[in-house]
Amino acid sequence: MDLEFGEKYETLRAQARDFARSSWPLQGDEAKLPEREQGILWKERAIAAGFLHRTVPAAYGGGGLEPDVLAETVIRQELDEAGVPHRGSMQGTHMLVPTLLECGTEEQRQAYIRPTLTGVMRWCQGYSEPGSGSDLASLQSRAVVDGDEWVINGQKIWTTQATEAEMMFGLFRTEPDAPKHGGISYLLLSMDTPGIDPRPLQMMQGGLDFCEVFFNDVRIPAANIVGKRGEGWKVSRSTLKHERMLIGDSTGSRKSFEGLLELARNTPRDGRPAIEDPHIRQRIAELEGYVTAREWAVARIISAVAQNDDMKVMDDMLMAKIASTNVTQMTAKIAIDLLGDLGLEEPSGDAIVMGYGGTDAASWVSQYMTSLSGAIAGGSSNIQRNIIGERLYGLPRDRRPEGH
Amino acid sequence: MDFTLTEEQELLQETVRGFVANESPATAVREIFDGERSAKPALWKGLVEMGIAGLTVPETHGGAGLDLLDAALASEVLGHFAVPVPFLEHTLTVTALIEGGGSEQQSHWLPRLANGDALGTVALGEGEDTWQPTHWTARFENDVVTGTKRYVPAAEKAGVFVVGIAGGGLALVDASAAGVTVEPMPTVDRGRPLFTVHFENAAATELASAAAQRVLDAGLVLLAADSFGAADRLIRMTADYANTREQFGQVLAQFQGMKHQIADMAVDVVPTRGMWWYAAHAFDQKMAGAGRAAALAKSHVTDRAQQTARQAVECHGGIGFTWECDVQIWFKRVMQDRLLFGTPERLRENIAATGGW
Repeated sequence: MDLEFGEKYETLRAQARDFARSSWPLQGDEAKLPEREQGILWKERAIAAGFLHRTVPAAYGGGGLEPDVLAETVIRQELDEAGVPHRGSMQGTHMLVPTLLECGTEEQRQAYIRPTLTGVMRWCQGYSEPGSGSDLASLQSRAVVDGDEWVINGQKIWTTQATEAEMMFGLFRTEPDAPKHGGISYLLLSMDTPGIDPRPLQMMQGGLDFCEVFFNDVRIPAANIVGKRGEGWKVSRSTLKHERMLIGDSTGSRKSFEGLLELARNTPRDGRPAIEDPHIRQRIAELEGYVTAREWAVARIISAVAQNDDMKVMDDMLMAKIASTNVTQMTAKIAIDLLGDLGLEEPSGDAIVMGYGGTDAASWVSQYMTSLSGAIAGGSSNIQRNIIGERLYGLPRDRRPEGH
Repeated sequence: MDFTLTEEQELLQETVRGFVANESPATAVREIFDGERSAKPALWKGLVEMGIAGLTVPETHGGAGLDLLDAALASEVLGHFAVPVPFLEHTLTVTALIEGGGSEQQSHWLPRLANGDALGTVALGEGEDTWQPTHWTARFENDVVTGTKRYVPAAEKAGVFVVGIAGGGLALVDASAAGVTVEPMPTVDRGRPLFTVHFENAAATELASAAAQRVLDAGLVLLAADSFGAADRLIRMTADYANTREQFGQVLAQFQGMKHQIADMAVDVVPTRGMWWYAAHAFDQKMAGAGRAAALAKSHVTDRAQQTARQAVECHGGIGFTWECDVQIWFKRVMQDRLLFGTPERLRENIAATGGW
């Protein structure tokens, strides 16, 4: 056991820190560009300098380096610390790109990966439908071939950032006579194609972060399929795998724990800071147990992955999503109790956030509600409980009605 | 960055596991619970022969010279099999001597502790959750100790006591000294009985007082590891039961209510493994915040283990509530791990204070 990263990685860390500090914020005329364009400029430079998307092949616009989870960890720590815009649309960089690298054609990789990495091309995910949530493979939106085009009709829902994204990757039923899982294809759509109508759905905290998307005779090129016809389910599995890993990151847990401490310091209770209240101290100290457990579970995962020993940490990997969701929700619950009657005030404007957004009261009210999304997005916690029971403890699969 | 176990550490766990799986099956532990006998001396003797008694004793004194992390890995296995041996108290006696002993004390006791000639134990708490050095009131003056210590493990068989004294220090008492009286007490965890020990002007030598907190911290880590192993076992016992017991024409595990309850037990417990790994490592490296990491690990792991033990009883239904069911053995193991050396609530007071908030 050695918790030091060692000279090689500390050197890399110092380089990443220097880069982060000298490259952001942008200076001069560049600083006057719209926020999004600044982000794209910075990402281009970060990729060129080897600090972003390192393992994506250089031919497709990445760093072309061998996977090195330790290098990625120290770099991410420094980029997080410096507050640079390295976290873009995860749907594209963490779900679509790995999928294209595994299953895409050369033309698709050339066309989509580079602009996705820089943030020029943002993606939304067309998976869930009104009638198909956890039972995703029952989806009914269909695509039929007409000449050299797919014609798409149907509806998607819970589509994050569908109004902003330039592109969508999604699952559509293309072989209606095939068995459930075998009749689906993985298609790529430009969101400005006529017939696509994304409509924002208001979430309970007031935000408009996700949408329902209607398809009315939407025509896209026949070549916009990843993998073969009817193999979309298989193609999508690699994507979901990446999403679960993504949500299992622990940096957010510590950050919102620190935010909670700040809230407890700043919240008066009987004329004293609430953090001096023995009951509050107990609750926060118990929460720190969960936060710390997450951090060392992640350290264990990272170390094993670095040694190509993933199987040894399969338990922690499969539990990461629920464990992380639990921590986020516990943090928000303590926060709302600290707020007391401030929790009665409806958040507005910038305080309508998705996830941890800051230490002001209204952001915590948002967070109290949006922390629930972790148990739903990217595969519900109850489905994940099935997976844990089945894969780690040999419990039987659920009985399913015939044909499912 | 390498937060993994070495091959040697994995081998250590395998070796201990191989031995206790054979020599300490649940049926053997049950005989102790049923009052048919006390722990077989051969069990501890066998572990001593494997080098477990001297695991952390320096090689110059006849031990293996390993770290607290290695001892914690052994604790995990012992907890998993609910092995009724005095590993915790013995190892902490070694810690006290390493951290606070003079060369004479060390060269007298460490070789005997390493080869199992003497069993060591720690007499710290005095009742009413007085596990912190600041709580201790036993008097040490003129080379004798006077006071009463409660919840002392393995006192009956101990050859040497590490005694917490007023002012927060430690003293060493030979069990054969005049004025030492050991009084058994009924103990919930029958596998690891506790005792009340009276010291009445018992001859003693002092240990360096800085050792006191280190002994407690090491104890917190070992208790966390033990309860992790026990909780892991409880989850597996519950899964096995749910995979076997049938109701409504199918095994219980076929019901999502049961399946999800087992998954939740696992999500509570399994991710805590790294906590006690880290706490042990921080102790070994004498890192800043090592004591706080130990308190975090002990309070969190044992709380999660206790909750899991309660769920395990529930999942076993009526049988889970009986003396006959083995769940009680691990349930009580976890109870003792959680309450010994301070409740989670008391430890969290320290966590808050040392967190700068």
